[in-house]
Amino acid sequence: MTTRDIVFVVVGAITAGSALLAVSTRHLVHAALWLLVCLGSLAGCYVVLGQELVGLVQLLVYVGAIVVLVLFALMLTRAPIGANRDISTPVWQRVVAVLLGGATTSLLAAALVPALADVRVDADRPTTGTPEIAAAVFGSWVWPFELLSVLLLVALVGSFAVSRLVLRPGGDRP
Amino acid sequence: MHLHYPAALAALLAGIGLYGVLARRNAVLVLIGVELVLNAANLLLVTVGSQPGSPLATGPVLTLFVITVAAAEVCIALAIVLVMFRRFGHVDLTAVPDLGDDHGDDDDRDDHDDARDGAGAVTPAAPASPTAATGARP
Repeated sequence: MTTRDIVFVVVGAITAGSALLAVSTRHLVHAALWLLVCLGSLAGCYVVLGQELVGLVQLLVYVGAIVVLVLFALMLTRAPIGANRDISTPVWQRVVAVLLGGATTSLLAAALVPALADVRVDADRPTTGTPEIAAAVFGSWVWPFELLSVLLLVALVGSFAVSRLVLRPGGDRP
Repeated sequence: MHLHYPAALAALLAGIGLYGVLARRNAVLVLIGVELVLNAANLLLVTVGSQPGSPLATGPVLTLFVITVAAAEVCIALAIVLVMFRRFGHVDLTAVPDLGDDHGDDDDRDDHDDARDGAGAVTPAAPASPTAATGARP
């Protein structure tokens, strides 16, 4: 085990533990805050893997924007403060969920871990650094990149239109 | 470094995210599960893309694209959650859906909607409420 392996195991354990807490805590706001810890330590995982740019974008977009949006949604839907049993499904449904989640994990691990077991990379000198990513984004991937900017604009306009939508019993009366 | 640790973490995150989708009733918490699954996919893309010889920097570039798509998805999803909260007064995904057109659905609303509808019936100020809610979103 190299030093990067040890660091990755530590950071990955933080990521997995906070993800478990994010899906199992009974406090609504704590779930969003554990999601913040999970995504932030996942950015650390990207840095350990040698992709600093992806880690920084993860911090900027996920931790900075998406978690804040989730917190806003919790506040605007009047999330109760304190432990709340009503945010989880009944026990039998959670048992089924544990079984399905465990099955997914074991299936993916059984497929992926042997496929990548013998692969070693030198993360100190990554083959795709930030200059290569920049050249690829503004070279080969420039049209998908532009399409994504259009997608963001459409999502902005669409969310505005959807949130103006007033569903009420009287139909379309203003 | 060995690449099977990140692969195992991606599998674990996908399973935890699936559990979150299946075991939660609150719509925002279901969304948190979906985010965890997306992040598992991102981690796998970065892991596989960091092997030598991957063309066109596919792993990191596609990860950046997926992060952008996730931002757009969260934007739309939270707008839908807000509309659902204004209409039904809760964001419980397992509640019996109220599909009635124009009658019989005044029982399951909370005081917030009743107060707003009462104000809208007296004065023509009902459109001010969705506008204010829209302005409060970032």
